[in-house]
Amino acid sequence: MLETVAKGFKAARNKLKGRTEITADAVDDALRDIRVALLEADVAFDVVKRFVARVREKAVGEVVETKVKTEKGTLKVTPQDHFIKICHDELEALMGPVDTSLKTNSKRPTGVMMVGLQGSGKTTTTGKLASRFLKEGKKPLLVAADIYRPAAVEQLKVLGAQLGVPVYSEEGLKPPELCKKAQDVAFREKANVILYDTAGRLAIDEPLMEELEQIKAAVAPDNILLVCDAMIGQDAVKTASEFDRRLAIDGFILTKLDGDARGGAALSIKEITGKPIKFLGMGESLDRLEEFRPEGLASRILGF
Amino acid sequence: GGERPVDDGVLADLEEVLFTADIGVKTATRLLETARERVRKKELSDPAKLKAALREEIARIVSLDGRLDAGEELAIGAQRPFVVMVVGVNGAGKTTTIGKLAAKVQARGHSVLLGAGDTFRAAAGEQLEIWAERVGAPVVRGKEGSDPASVCFEAAKKGAEGGVDVVICDTAGRLHTKAPLMEELKKVKRVIDKAVPGAPHEVLLVLDATNGQNAIAQARQFHEALGVTGIVLTKLDGTAKGGVVIGICDELGLPVRYVGVGEKVADLRPFSPREFVEALFA
Ligand SMILES: Nc1nc2c(ncn2[C@@H]2O[C@H](COP(=O)(O)OP(=O)(O)OP(=O)(O)O)[C@@H](O)[C@H]2O)c(=O)[nH]1
Ligand SMILES: Nc1nc2c(ncn2[C@@H]2O[C@H](COP(=O)(O)OP(=O)(O)OP(=O)(O)O)[C@@H](O)[C@H]2O)c(=O)[nH]1
Ligand SMILES: [K+]
Ligand SMILES: [Mg+2]
Ligand SMILES: [Mg+2]
Repeated sequence: MLETVAKGFKAARNKLKGRTEITADAVDDALRDIRVALLEADVAFDVVKRFVARVREKAVGEVVETKVKTEKGTLKVTPQDHFIKICHDELEALMGPVDTSLKTNSKRPTGVMMVGLQGSGKTTTTGKLASRFLKEGKKPLLVAADIYRPAAVEQLKVLGAQLGVPVYSEEGLKPPELCKKAQDVAFREKANVILYDTAGRLAIDEPLMEELEQIKAAVAPDNILLVCDAMIGQDAVKTASEFDRRLAIDGFILTKLDGDARGGAALSIKEITGKPIKFLGMGESLDRLEEFRPEGLASRILGF
Repeated sequence: GGERPVDDGVLADLEEVLFTADIGVKTATRLLETARERVRKKELSDPAKLKAALREEIARIVSLDGRLDAGEELAIGAQRPFVVMVVGVNGAGKTTTIGKLAAKVQARGHSVLLGAGDTFRAAAGEQLEIWAERVGAPVVRGKEGSDPASVCFEAAKKGAEGGVDVVICDTAGRLHTKAPLMEELKKVKRVIDKAVPGAPHEVLLVLDATNGQNAIAQARQFHEALGVTGIVLTKLDGTAKGGVVIGICDELGLPVRYVGVGEKVADLRPFSPREFVEALFA
């Protein structure tokens, strides 16, 4: 992930080699490469624009001390290092503060509602989260609230069977009623976590977005998580901001990062919604879920 | 008259339109450079003409230099059975597209058989079976976890023996970076050829229109591994524009056969370069 971004930063770094002062021209030159790299990584156009403007403002005209005394002795600081640090800090600021926690409910089973576009990985990630809860000693219940996609219920049942976790589904109920009823089922099953797997939908699908609002109103989930495909492009912004506007999501999960997707959407969604990245999907099997860590991502972006 | 001249502001606006449609730096820059050059030579003097020229150029690229007419669908050749293999990354819309395509092919008077070559993902076989029922086509399935190549072999063979016109094989979603899984697809292709010499006659790559620049890598690698013959661009009913296919058409010369515009049987349309370009600038 993010190799191209790293390449861009390296190119930018070379352009600043051998200078002691970061001049506007040199910065502009370097920033052009960074802009291209971020765009190629699918970071949203506006986010790239703001990022570049902020870095430019911070970097131009800085006279860099070439030697800095530290506890470990004298360190040589080059303007390019300094510039990269500015970029690094700015990127970290964009992705933080880190909060990979999920809210728990002390009075009743903790509710986690999964939402997102078609095929983004909701059902699989529901299974992955259930697996995680199991390892924490919790008792999850899976709720098959996708009544539309062919065999969506069956898919969740297969995952439930793999994990030995109960799956609640019922024909003839609309998703909000079904989710409401799942709370009784959880009581009977002595489950303390309820995971609601909803159908994929477009953010502009009015009836289906309304349905999500109804589910939210019916069960008041403690966590609403947007599941987003890491390969998503510029549309990430429209999609994420609309899901957030309608549902006030608590965070998002980026899936399919086991390929070579650069995952620029991580930056865009964080910047646009202000909501934290919770987990990264790293494969199809149910143990391939990782907690998000920004150092990894930022370092990767910068190429070290 | 009254129009502002083509200046940096106009070009910056156009750049934004192109980038936010996922066209990508390389293709967008090339398109804009050509435009800028024509402005410099005074061939294009006002923004309206500039936009028209850009549209024309993009239409030229996605119609493969005019070779692809509006509404050109999958050409079902004389071979029987005519075998179509459908591939793509996870969740792109392969199985759904197969359901829709089966209905379309049947509507053209051909009999269809489906092969459930995704034996891996939970309930993938059931999903295809429901689509098969919906459109009234028979389906060949294997056990979960069984060899996808043998299921596709069976499907192609059964199609040949039963005098079926078109066999469409589903495959499990996979990321193009996973070498063993790409090898598996190559094997599926080889085995289909054993069942029906010369098959598969079409290898359709399904691309998700919400994808950004990664789709280029997908297209390159699936094409290199399998020799893709056409693209289906799904999920165009959303706000995404699918601009990344412009670069793909330009680089690989692959035709976009269909676009997916929803989740129902009827939501598969022949690709229209004109409509695509209009939507891009809408
Ligand atoms: N490689 C990879 N594949 C994944 C990952 N997460 C999910 N998938 C795959 O992506 C495809 C779609 O996943 P689903 O869980 O069915 O997605 P969904 O969002 O529930 O889809 P709909 O219910 O149709 O909207 C499946 O093939 C999954 O196996 C991941 O982290 N990596
Ligand atoms: N809005 C919209 N949704 C679509 C379209 N095509 C497919 N989908 C949805 O996208 C999701 C994934 O579709 P599938 O057909 O299961 O995708 P796939 O490529 O077979 O997925 P895997 O087999 O898991 O790799 C489903 O929810 C489909 O209903 C389309 O054109 N528009
Ligand atoms: K669209
Ligand atoms: Mg699902
Ligand atoms: Mg499928």
